[in-house]
Order: sequence, then structure tokens, then C-alpha cells
Amino acid sequence: MIPVASIVAGIACSHVPAIGVAMDRGVTATPYWETLFKGYEPARQWLAKLAPDVAIIVYNDHASAFSLQIIPTFLIGVADRFPIADEGFGPRPVPVVQGHPALAWHLAESLILDEFDMTIANEMPVDHGLTVPLSITCGQPQQWPFPVIPLCVNVVQYPPPTGARCFKLGQAIARAVASFEQDLRVVIYGTGGMSHQLQGERAGLINREFDTAFLDGMTKDPLALTRITHTEYMREAGSEGVEMVMWHIMRGALDADAAEIYRHYHVPASNTAAGLMILENRRIS
Amino acid sequence: MTEPRDYETIPGTYVYDARRGRQGYALNMFCMSLNVAENRRKFKENEAAYLEQFALTEEQRRTVLKRDWLGMLKVGGNIYYTIKIAFCDGLTFQDVASMMSGVSKEQYAQMMLAGGRSAEGNRYKDEAGPGDSRG
Repeated sequence: MIPVASIVAGIACSHVPAIGVAMDRGVTATPYWETLFKGYEPARQWLAKLAPDVAIIVYNDHASAFSLQIIPTFLIGVADRFPIADEGFGPRPVPVVQGHPALAWHLAESLILDEFDMTIANEMPVDHGLTVPLSITCGQPQQWPFPVIPLCVNVVQYPPPTGARCFKLGQAIARAVASFEQDLRVVIYGTGGMSHQLQGERAGLINREFDTAFLDGMTKDPLALTRITHTEYMREAGSEGVEMVMWHIMRGALDADAAEIYRHYHVPASNTAAGLMILENRRIS
Repeated sequence: MTEPRDYETIPGTYVYDARRGRQGYALNMFCMSLNVAENRRKFKENEAAYLEQFALTEEQRRTVLKRDWLGMLKVGGNIYYTIKIAFCDGLTFQDVASMMSGVSKEQYAQMMLAGGRSAEGNRYKDEAGPGDSRG
């Protein structure tokens, strides 16, 4: 039998920039941050033990690699390295992200032929949307422990893709990974959220009930979650809470009966409710 | 495009849709230029002169020069872009969020520590929520 790649687990993770800043400045043990970071420890241990061969990180660029000049709805990075973006205050002091061009190009080809019209990026810097989840789950190593395939989703210009479309893209990613003829164990991150609003008089909105139901739904009824409309996200979870559509790509890439093995939820991280959830496929890889 | 949009019933929220995209392009592209350290230096050196390079309306120029964060949103600013002006000033997202919502930095920080702004009463404009966003 020809060995093929497989997705073994999914990680849902907020990507609040202030979390990265707290790590970069070494203030994670302060009373403000302590509880949040303690809750990340089990996830780091789990991931170190899992030692995946490659990670697909679904995130949104925040006016770093892409401006309003060109706005790709779904984009995949196929480079062998991704430099750290200057988002307006200098690049984060974290390692350059190594790519996985062979799998990334395979995904690009497979997804497009599977009717998901991806934009392909040969060169792009990556911002906190990608690096903060790496920092949260890997700590502060000299080099990131695995190569990364960035998958960007537009959530800056309305409308983002729907949750249902994102879920289907996740399913297509799973099919594409399973047709890559190399024995690779792949994890997929869905980042962003949870409830938060960064703009307007309503800034600071948090909805713990919505977030809790969303976390529960990831295993109880993920398809029902894909029917949440953009307006419902914005009304219930804040205008930037709509980032949660990206979690559906991760969820769609996992098996229907994937199991929750860890969750952590904390308010506040700056303006945001920070969520983390680990889901594992049950089949033996 | 079809009007009105159902999200326009959400109070204190400026969804960056097609209408705002047409209105705010130049303003947001100015903000984008601040990703380059040399441009940040030039902007801080002479803000008005730096802004001449971009086709901003008078009102957009005013909101930038006055750091009217809420006003920027009303003339097409996108928060992911306008925040770059704040970074240039050494401000944080929480600083700007407190100014947009009209409370002191301390009051805002306290609200977040207490669990954030509740969705209760803040879902629809006809509830007793924060201000109007039809700007």
C-alpha cells in the first residue's frame, strides 16, 4: 500500500496580537496574563508529544501581506519560507516560518480541481494571525518545530466566505491531504475569534454564552454551526467575531466524530475572548 | 447593492462593506503605507505633507490629523487599517477602543476585566445600546 498523508488533529485558537506581544516582552507571568497562559500549557505538551510533520494554519491577514488593492477570499502560501511581517510596529521577534512547498502545491492543485478556486502566493510575509497561534502552541523555540502551510481567508472586507463554504473547503483539504503520497501527519489550525469587537462605540463586546455554545457545537453539531450567518456573528459575537468562520475550515477537515480533548477559554485578552480547543481524529494514524 | 442591510441594525458598528470600501480606499491605503518604517518616520515628521500623497477627502484628512478614531470609521476607515496610525503613536488597541466607545482607558480596561461589554441591550439600535453608526 502506498503511504499517504493524513490529518490527525485540529487546533482552534484565537490569535489576539496582544498575546504575542506579552510573550515577546516576557510578561506572561503577570496577574493580567497568568491565567490565560497557564491554560496554554497542556496544549503545548500535547502538541510536543504529537510532533506533527506539518501544519496547515488557517488565518486572516490583517493588512500585512495584502492590502485592499487585491483581496483574495481563499489563498494558499506555497513558498519554502515566509518572513515575519511588519504590521506597523516592526516585525515580531519570532523565527521565520518554514513552508512545505511540496504539500502546499499539491493542495493548491487538488483544491482548484476540486472546485475551490484558490489564490496561490509564492511570496508573502505572515502576520500575528499566523504567528500568535504558533507562539501559543509551541512557545518560544529558536526554530518552529514543523513546517507550515499558510491558508489565508478574507475577513477584513465584507463579506467573508460563509461558514458553510469554509466547512466544505475543510472537507476538500482533507481529501487533498489524503491523496498526497507521503507518510505525513498533518495538523490543521483554525484561528481567530472568539467574541470580540475592535471598532465603534460597541467595542469590547464579549459573549461568553455564544462562545461556549460554539465550542460545544464543534463536537455536538458542527454542521449546525456552519449555518450561523455573518450578521448573527457580528450581532452576537462582535463585528470581528465573524473571524470564527475560519474555525469551520479546520472542523471540516476533521472526521465527523473527531473528539474534543482539550479546551481553554479566558476573558479578557486585550479586547477579546481567547479560546483554544484541540480536536483529534479517532482513527489510528 | 440592496439596502438596507440587516447588519445595519447593530448599534455602534461600522461593517466594512462595499459602500465603505468605495468610500475609504484611499484612507486605508494611506494607513497601509505605515507598514514601512521609513514611511512611519516621514508621516511623523510632517503629517499634513505626508497625507498629500493620498487622495483623501477633507473630512478624511481632518479625522486623521485630529486622531478622531470614531470619525475615521464614519468616513470609510477600516479598523484593521486605521489602527496602524495608533501603532505609529505608540497606542494600543485598547487605548483606541476606549476612545471610540467614549470612556476613559481605565473604565474600558475595567469593563474588559469584568467580562467585557454585554451583548444584552446591545444587539439592536432600538435597544438602549451605544451610539448610532449610520455615519
